[in-house]
Amino acid sequence: MDIRAHVSMVFHLDKCIGCHTCSIACKNIWTDRKGTEYMWWNNVETKPGTGYPTLWEDQEKYKGGWEKKNGRIELKLHSRRGGLGNIFHNPYLPTIDDYYEPWTYDYENLFNAPEGDDQPTARAVSMITGKPMESIEAGPNWDDDLGGSPLYARNDVNLDELTEEEREQLNEVERVVFFYLPRICNHCLNPGCVAACPAGAIYKRGEDGIVLLSQEKCRAWRMCISGCPYKKTYFNWASGKSEKCILCYPRLESGQPPACFHSCVGRIRYLGVLLYDADQIESGASVANEDLVAAQRAMIMDPFDPEVIAAAKKNKISDAMITAAQNSPVYKFVKKWQIALPLHPDFRTLPMLFYVPPMLPVLAKTKDGTYDVEGLDKENLPAMLSSLEKARMPIKYMASMFSAGNTNVVEDVYRKLIAVRIFKRAQKVKDYQQAEVDAALASGKTNAEEVEAIFRLTSLPTYEERFVVPPLGRESAVEAWEIPLARKQEAGFGVRNKIAKRKF
Amino acid sequence: MFDNALFIGFPYVAVAIAIVVSIYRFWFDPYSYSSQSSQFLESRVLFFGSVPWHYGIIIILLGHITALLFPGLWGLFTANQTRLYILEIVGLSLALMATVGLVLLLYRRMANARAHAVTSEMDWILLFVLLLQVGLGFWVAYYYRWGSDWYLHTAVPWLLSLLKFQPNIASVSALPFWVKFHFVGGFVIILLLPFTRLVHLLAYPFSYLWREHQIVIWNRSRMN
Ligand code: HEM
Ligand code: SF4
Ligand code: SF4
Repeated sequence: MDIRAHVSMVFHLDKCIGCHTCSIACKNIWTDRKGTEYMWWNNVETKPGTGYPTLWEDQEKYKGGWEKKNGRIELKLHSRRGGLGNIFHNPYLPTIDDYYEPWTYDYENLFNAPEGDDQPTARAVSMITGKPMESIEAGPNWDDDLGGSPLYARNDVNLDELTEEEREQLNEVERVVFFYLPRICNHCLNPGCVAACPAGAIYKRGEDGIVLLSQEKCRAWRMCISGCPYKKTYFNWASGKSEKCILCYPRLESGQPPACFHSCVGRIRYLGVLLYDADQIESGASVANEDLVAAQRAMIMDPFDPEVIAAAKKNKISDAMITAAQNSPVYKFVKKWQIALPLHPDFRTLPMLFYVPPMLPVLAKTKDGTYDVEGLDKENLPAMLSSLEKARMPIKYMASMFSAGNTNVVEDVYRKLIAVRIFKRAQKVKDYQQAEVDAALASGKTNAEEVEAIFRLTSLPTYEERFVVPPLGRESAVEAWEIPLARKQEAGFGVRNKIAKRKF
Repeated sequence: MFDNALFIGFPYVAVAIAIVVSIYRFWFDPYSYSSQSSQFLESRVLFFGSVPWHYGIIIILLGHITALLFPGLWGLFTANQTRLYILEIVGLSLALMATVGLVLLLYRRMANARAHAVTSEMDWILLFVLLLQVGLGFWVAYYYRWGSDWYLHTAVPWLLSLLKFQPNIASVSALPFWVKFHFVGGFVIILLLPFTRLVHLLAYPFSYLWREHQIVIWNRSRMN
């Protein structure tokens, strides 16, 4: 057992209102420089849809992540030698057109245009070439809220497993259904970006698991962009260096949550520490598709287990970090309640951002223009419970995104979420019989106590409950792992070469 | 006198500057060591330019270096006529490949507005100088046939004498103008190396072949 700590995340998709405040918060802090205009380290896309960059989930196109070969996992992108062979031209690199060409408008023309018969206009100007753009063909959130869905939503790769009928169902006007998927770098345990970089410029911070890309070491071999299946490393075309989400580590180190978390209007985001067993990384990433979620849950350790605590201490994880892990909302969602799932575990990078799948688009089909809540299903469950079988958003679609195709995993999550709904509704609206509530709890494999806890952390959490920022503050938290006295005299004016310390 | 400056003074100055500036840059400005890929802005033409260019130029350069370091073996190899023919044909095709690739790379940076936008003055200088040098090499190889053999008796003794710090230009001073031009051009490129994106070939990522896939860095030591 090699216990490490990881700052991890949960996004509760039922709560996302698609306002893009998170994206803007991030952009204003990190990506408003030249060469980064097109980058959205945090982006929010509409599902079904092709996302950003277009079709990022299609690994036949982009070759991101890992694949199983002869029982072992290998990068889909290249072997080591193959990578060096393709270094002069990476055949799977997305180009700016897969994102969009950033532009501004020639506002000055509105003031400076000579007098004429027509109103002056502000033409679109490319932020790369500075030349006018004839037409704008893509932009951030081009397919927001299913805009252009025949082109975008229809090509979502998660629909591949669906039958023709199921696909049609999604597109019927009266039943049109979608949800938002906010995405940042998942700070994976088995990151494809790190493994693909020939220069070794990308690394995981041991103490908190944040994946960073060294600007000093990046040599623009541009393999990480392909290696990351989530397309969360970006190429700065002006500096010729790749960049990625840094989980706002300067904020974390001063006790604040990342800006996208802090600003989230729907309060969908949770941040906390997980303790995990690093010895299981390779084996956990190599299991069969249907076992991937279970394997990842298995490598997350119980922070209350004395054995785990002892192993953590042996690895010099501080008491404060262990306490943070015990208070972690992420631990509850992911491991204790098992209702948060990794996005595309089939990419085998072991992402450490988990999603509570959205229920609203799943529940309630319409029939004759009204919600179809009639009837009992085969298990004699109450109407709301049976809705899973009649789901508008096919479970297979959700399974393709959140459980590598294993529908049982997603159904288990939904049964529990539905149990929470029924239980609370019985409490407040009082239109369910106790027998129905009990049936719901049983089918969700849960109990009254757990349901109350889930409800509380979902609907009424305080700021401090949502963000349990571990003690990473450099000045104060350093005491947790280092004796400050041992570091005295090491820094200060004029110390370029280390000077021998005073012995007294 | 002029030959001495070109074939003794200049090579030493060029190599000395290249070494000092490369090391200085690596030490004090590692950020600038980069291939500065522009594939993200333009990928298609780059493929037809960059791939033939690099495979062509790298193999040819390795040929130049091998003949310099192992002149005996090289001589044995070229002593057989069939092998000499094959070597010349392979060399010429590679040179042609590199030249075509380079022309495409230049064309791409001129014709594609996006690639143009990320091209610095040094990039233009480098591409033109490289084109001149490669074109010249191709011309010399074609016009003064059997270069893979006479290189051994002209350039190699001279370069070895430079390496041994006992400069002797007897073997090159009587060569035709274009050949001399090509020889000096090589050192112009060495001189340019630390001042342009050419530093990327010093950063060749050999270690990717054996390093661990995952890299974890601890800010604090995990030692007791
Ligand atoms: C040692 C192995 C080498 C590697 C791994 C390498 C790799 C690269 C890479 C990745 C690029 C960027 C391509 C892009 O835009 O995506 C590049 C560009 C370039 N390389 Fe190399 N290279 C090598 C050797 C050389 C040599 C020996 C030369 C010339 C003597 C050279 C000359 C150039 C030039 C001129 C460019 C710019 C091309 C352009 O975009 O216009 N390279 N190289
Ligand atoms: S999601 Fe982040 S850590 Fe994972 S592979 Fe992509 S860039 Fe790397
Ligand atoms: S700020 Fe929150 S609610 Fe708004 S889009 Fe982002 S994740 Fe969704």
